[in-house]
Amino acid sequence: MKLHEYQSKKLFQQQGIKVPEGGVADTPAAARAVAEDLFGKGASRVAVKAQVHAGGRGKGGGIKLASSPEEAELFTEGMLGTSLVTPQTGPEGVQVRSVLIEAGADIATELYLGVTLDRSNQCAVVIASSEGGMAIEEVAAEKPEAILRELVDPGWGLQGFQARRLAYGLGLTGVPQRGAAKVILQLAQLFQDLDSSLVEINPLIITADDEVVALDAKINIDDNCLFRRPDLVELRDLSEEDVLEVEASEHNLTYNALDGTIGCMVNGAGLAMATMDEILLAGGSPANFLDVGGSASAETVANAFRILMKAPDLQAVLINICGGIVRGDRVAKGIIEALDQVEVNVPVVVRLQGTNAEEGRRLLAESSLEFTLAETLNEAASKAVEMSQ
Amino acid sequence: MSIMVDGESRIVVQGITGSEGSFHTSQCIEYGTQVVAGVTPGKGGMLFEEKVPVFNTVSEAVEKEGADVAMIFVPPAFAADAVKEAADAGVRLAVCITEGIPALDMVEVVAYCKSRGTRLLGPNCPGVISPGKAKVGIMPGFVHQEGSIGVISRSGTLTYEAVDQLTRLGLGQTTSIGIGGDPIPGTSFVDCLEMFAEDPDTKGVVLIGEIGGTAEEEAAAVIADDYPLPVVSFIAGSTAPPGKRMGHAGAIIAGGKGTAAEKMKALSEAGVTVVDSPSVIGQAMTEILSG
Repeated sequence: MKLHEYQSKKLFQQQGIKVPEGGVADTPAAARAVAEDLFGKGASRVAVKAQVHAGGRGKGGGIKLASSPEEAELFTEGMLGTSLVTPQTGPEGVQVRSVLIEAGADIATELYLGVTLDRSNQCAVVIASSEGGMAIEEVAAEKPEAILRELVDPGWGLQGFQARRLAYGLGLTGVPQRGAAKVILQLAQLFQDLDSSLVEINPLIITADDEVVALDAKINIDDNCLFRRPDLVELRDLSEEDVLEVEASEHNLTYNALDGTIGCMVNGAGLAMATMDEILLAGGSPANFLDVGGSASAETVANAFRILMKAPDLQAVLINICGGIVRGDRVAKGIIEALDQVEVNVPVVVRLQGTNAEEGRRLLAESSLEFTLAETLNEAASKAVEMSQ
Repeated sequence: MSIMVDGESRIVVQGITGSEGSFHTSQCIEYGTQVVAGVTPGKGGMLFEEKVPVFNTVSEAVEKEGADVAMIFVPPAFAADAVKEAADAGVRLAVCITEGIPALDMVEVVAYCKSRGTRLLGPNCPGVISPGKAKVGIMPGFVHQEGSIGVISRSGTLTYEAVDQLTRLGLGQTTSIGIGGDPIPGTSFVDCLEMFAEDPDTKGVVLIGEIGGTAEEEAAAVIADDYPLPVVSFIAGSTAPPGKRMGHAGAIIAGGKGTAAEKMKALSEAGVTVVDSPSVIGQAMTEILSG
């Protein structure tokens, strides 16, 4: 789950990390009011920042500097309700629903600071770089020596000397060095406290008067911890998520929308990915990734079918269920039940394997509904591709 | 032979009275696995299916029934504690089936298991089966057959596909291991490769990977260093878009890293036969072993 910048900054502040003064607005008038307040307090300009769950906003025109409250209002009007296209969104972009208005900062140095999971070392890692403001992936590719890392021992947490080592490594000395080391410890603590998968400050700036300030803020929460974090669930912005993905998650299904024409319903994530790959090999393109789970029941299959049929540009459906614990006859009943209730105007290819698959295939063949049955995965994919054309 | 579990393994099931736990325990018993105890706090003293004693703690199960392997079906909120309990009680292997455990809990659990000398398999995995000897997990027993191929996979159902092919082709499996789809797994591909290399009956290894992380690249490095067995591999997720979590918590291409193409390249360069369709895994292994 991703948080907005303004939500992340509030959490930063609670942790003691300094952020620019500002406020969030969802109308141009509200933006102007925030800006007036900031100019009144001595700001010489304010930043207007689109609040969307995608990075690279600057490149898409989602961050603008205004030198008067009127200009802030104007920029806000230009952003709200429009689609912001950034290098991280698709060509359709994402809808801007609110903006963050912040006092402009006097930047002396821009740094990068992040905490994430190091999967190979199986612990958290703090990543710092003197190349602030650039995407860290680009720094890693172009200037890997500019990236510093400190692993966080799961038993002990990040130590003070590690934070100092990073701050010195960034070329800082004196007051900024101490300030940065403190922020590094605070950020590592926040990562742990929030059950996050990523916390990132890019850029972390040193101001002309030696203050260390988080100019940007990004927090991703581990979806697996939401059961124990009602406080974080409240921060979820469903309007940023795909409608079908949200509906699927309500039925405990995993759905990812893609832009192809063949709808897929598969049990198990690995098999679902392999089915998509097989469709591509056969010359087609998958419309979605849909995992009904390793122990799918007739009901989950029916729900999955309803969601699947709502995908745009759908030209064929491929159902691939490898019965293990899940029984083929139950799956077949689910499919028959779903097709009875949902209008299906595209060809459906079904492949059932494993436990009670024979019985399942018999049920499907005896039903009045139209299916194409397939034995192997590549046969199923080829048939679906053929029928989608 | 086999690795990890065999006919001598004595299993304690944590969460044996839950709906998943009880169903799969019955299946394991039916397969012939020695399930010697169950654990559900508060239900100590009862008998599961009128024969398997249930205890309040894992240490009692270890003391009284000599359990050496734990199979864990405890819900995500309590699973981290359950794995630690198993490790502290001294089981040599803890198989955690549970899906949805917070990643930071797993960071702690993995470190804890290492400190106690317990091997953790999973979480979010189908478990491990040594066909004809013991099934410690949720995989369908009947597609497996005792044989000569070691199988290692991050996926569940995709593994059953590969296993089914190996069975039909008469190769069978020594042991088939699901290491799970989470970002912080207790056992890695590398761990399994090393164990299979020590097993005299394993003649070849099938490695099924997927997008996300660098576990496949680490496996490639071990294989490139004179690995004694032929390896056939399939990597799922060539068509997966970057930044999207594909069902498994660990299946995500992050910052352009963890793509199927990178993994296939690393494995090919290490001498692995990388197939582009899971339908031909068995066939590829047959060709290698007969050629």
